[in-house]
Amino acid sequence: MLKQMEGSRAVAEAIALCRPEVICAYPISPQTHIVEALGEMVKDATLGDCEYINVESEFAAMSVAIGASAAGARSYTATASQGLLYMVEAVYNASGLGLPIVMTVANRAIGAPINIWNDHSDSLSQRDSGWLQLFAETNQEALDLHIQAFKLAEELSLPIMVCMDGFILTHAYERVDMPTQQQVDQYLPPYEPRQVLDPAEPVSIGAMVGPEAFMEVRYLAHAKQMQALERIPQLAEEFQAVFGRDSGGLIRSYRTEDAETIIIAMGSVLGTIKDTVDAMREQGHKIGVLGITSFRPFPYAAVAAALKDCQRFVVLEKSLAVGGGGIVATDVRLACTGMGLQGHTVIAGLGGRAITVKSLTALFEKACAGELELNTFLDLDWKAVNKQLEREKQVRRSGPIAENLLRDAGVVAARNY
Amino acid sequence: MSFQPIKFYQTGTFTVGNRLLAPEERSVQASDKRYNSINSGHRACQGCGEALGARYAIDAAMEATQGQLICANATGCLEVFSTPYPETSWQIPWVHSLFGNTAAVATGIAAALKVKQKKGERNPAIRVVAQGGDGGTTDIGFGCLSGMFERNDDVLYICYDNGGYMNTGVQRSSATPPAARTATTMAVGSEPGNAFGQGKFVPAIAMAHEIPYVATATVADLRDLEAKVSRAMELRGARYIHILVPCPLGWGTASSETIKIARLAKETGLFPVFSAEYGEQKSALAIRQKLPVEDYLRPQKRYAHLFGKQPDVQVIAKLQALADRNIRKYNLLEGL
Repeated sequence: MLKQMEGSRAVAEAIALCRPEVICAYPISPQTHIVEALGEMVKDATLGDCEYINVESEFAAMSVAIGASAAGARSYTATASQGLLYMVEAVYNASGLGLPIVMTVANRAIGAPINIWNDHSDSLSQRDSGWLQLFAETNQEALDLHIQAFKLAEELSLPIMVCMDGFILTHAYERVDMPTQQQVDQYLPPYEPRQVLDPAEPVSIGAMVGPEAFMEVRYLAHAKQMQALERIPQLAEEFQAVFGRDSGGLIRSYRTEDAETIIIAMGSVLGTIKDTVDAMREQGHKIGVLGITSFRPFPYAAVAAALKDCQRFVVLEKSLAVGGGGIVATDVRLACTGMGLQGHTVIAGLGGRAITVKSLTALFEKACAGELELNTFLDLDWKAVNKQLEREKQVRRSGPIAENLLRDAGVVAARNY
Repeated sequence: MSFQPIKFYQTGTFTVGNRLLAPEERSVQASDKRYNSINSGHRACQGCGEALGARYAIDAAMEATQGQLICANATGCLEVFSTPYPETSWQIPWVHSLFGNTAAVATGIAAALKVKQKKGERNPAIRVVAQGGDGGTTDIGFGCLSGMFERNDDVLYICYDNGGYMNTGVQRSSATPPAARTATTMAVGSEPGNAFGQGKFVPAIAMAHEIPYVATATVADLRDLEAKVSRAMELRGARYIHILVPCPLGWGTASSETIKIARLAKETGLFPVFSAEYGEQKSALAIRQKLPVEDYLRPQKRYAHLFGKQPDVQVIAKLQALADRNIRKYNLLEGL
């Protein structure tokens, strides 16, 4: 049914249709509306046979999900930013134990400085945690990916993060097509655990494993993610058969036929990029877009195939490997090894910095002309950066960096050093 | 298992035994039908108080649930010595997740069971226990433990308190008693050993949460320990049992003296043995023969610095004052 609703509400309703049995909730913006909506549904019994637990931290949220999943229940939680970092030890534990927990990450920057706005630093910091990470471009896709995620997670016995841009998606009111319970039931079978805590068949889960088997356990997690590379496109097809909608998959190409330049990105910024590319296409630029839905497992082969006919690619990402460069770009470059393509990394939108059509147009035109640098920080205020660098050269006690920058920008009034 | 408030001790001795009881009143462990939840062959040290405590506690919980028990276990000695694959000693469904999240994992199991039992997919008799050492309980796991208490989740949490991080080589925890030597409260300087005024007594904090049941026990009074587990399993909601388990390695005691040392902790009043329901004390295991704290301290190498050529009478007096305060506070002379 078509509905106009907030992204968080849409995701919450989709989660409810998946019949979760244990939901753990701890507030952190911008995921809070999702668990609030679910809490209401459990309390008024719209969502039956489900325990909703208000925990005391994100670490507890993931830990409750671990216990519930190990006891055979379909388990869900949501988090973002500092919350994801606070639960990290349990995040790795959930994947190490092979528990198919589904978690929404409403992507948000990581402090310090504290910042509530969107970028991808949080979930990308968990790149190697053993969780699958699926990125939604729209609220419809966010909703659909959650339904696919439960099915995939439970098939593989691996946990999945469904990543959706904080505020940009979670708080945006958009039209979504909400599936029926019947459709979801048809697509998603009840959870059949591979391992379960049961007195009728006692097992020890999570015991110590030494060098004699640890590498094999790790490799098997990797092998399962490789299996996911095959299953994700199939699940998208099966999804289309039931829901009549093309959603999910590993990657998504847009106007890449005959494209010389391909822009690569994840999440909601793909919408702005597509608008920009449409306008540039009208002006005759041979430019296209490649959206990456599955960040983990990373679809190296699919990305290489999608880029095989272009001359250059630009990875525009909302994340920064400080001291390195791009995070997504590193994977894309690896995918293109030996293809002789010119690759560019653009770091953009950190901490919610707006990514505008104007800036993108200038950027992409430069790329198409072959004039783009290897690494670009989109719309970086060089004047402010250089002023701070100069200040640090002049004064030993130069003060807190963020405050200096805000004062220079005229946002706060304080004494000058 | 029923429990009669019967005096087990033979007059004038510390001898305790089932032979003074009618067969139906004897302990779970005395029965050949005991569950052996944790099997022999594990790697605990000789004389390990924790292994003994866990054996009695978990078998009593198994008895109470007729074998329908799931256990979550914190990282620590108990986890390490009982489970290296493929040699698990656990005959019950058992999960280890992390050091600091055991209470939350147990909450998750209890929540899953509640839903599954309501749907008729799991045996309605299945219950949950969580267990960990004092480090995993009073320090790193304390946030999750308090959360579990506050929500009154249907979990019995058992803490085996040996007063330190013994698995990593005897470091101080918040349950390490004052003056005790550990690897991080060295027996050097002007105030050797652990500082006074630090540490926390989690049973009292558990009582402040006003949960249905809080109890302490030692491995010297195993029948009392079993009875407390049994009582805890009669109740629903968050329950906490804190068991003093001497550690020969960390305390520097003979492995043959574990039970004697635990008994001295109780008889001196340094470790109060009591129970509480909904925040109010309900019982106290009376001291049979009040002894000076020196009797407890002297056999332990972790207090050796108090007994050099000149015993440190000031510190011993301070420890005696702590014991006396416990005796007053928990009515340990009269009993309850």
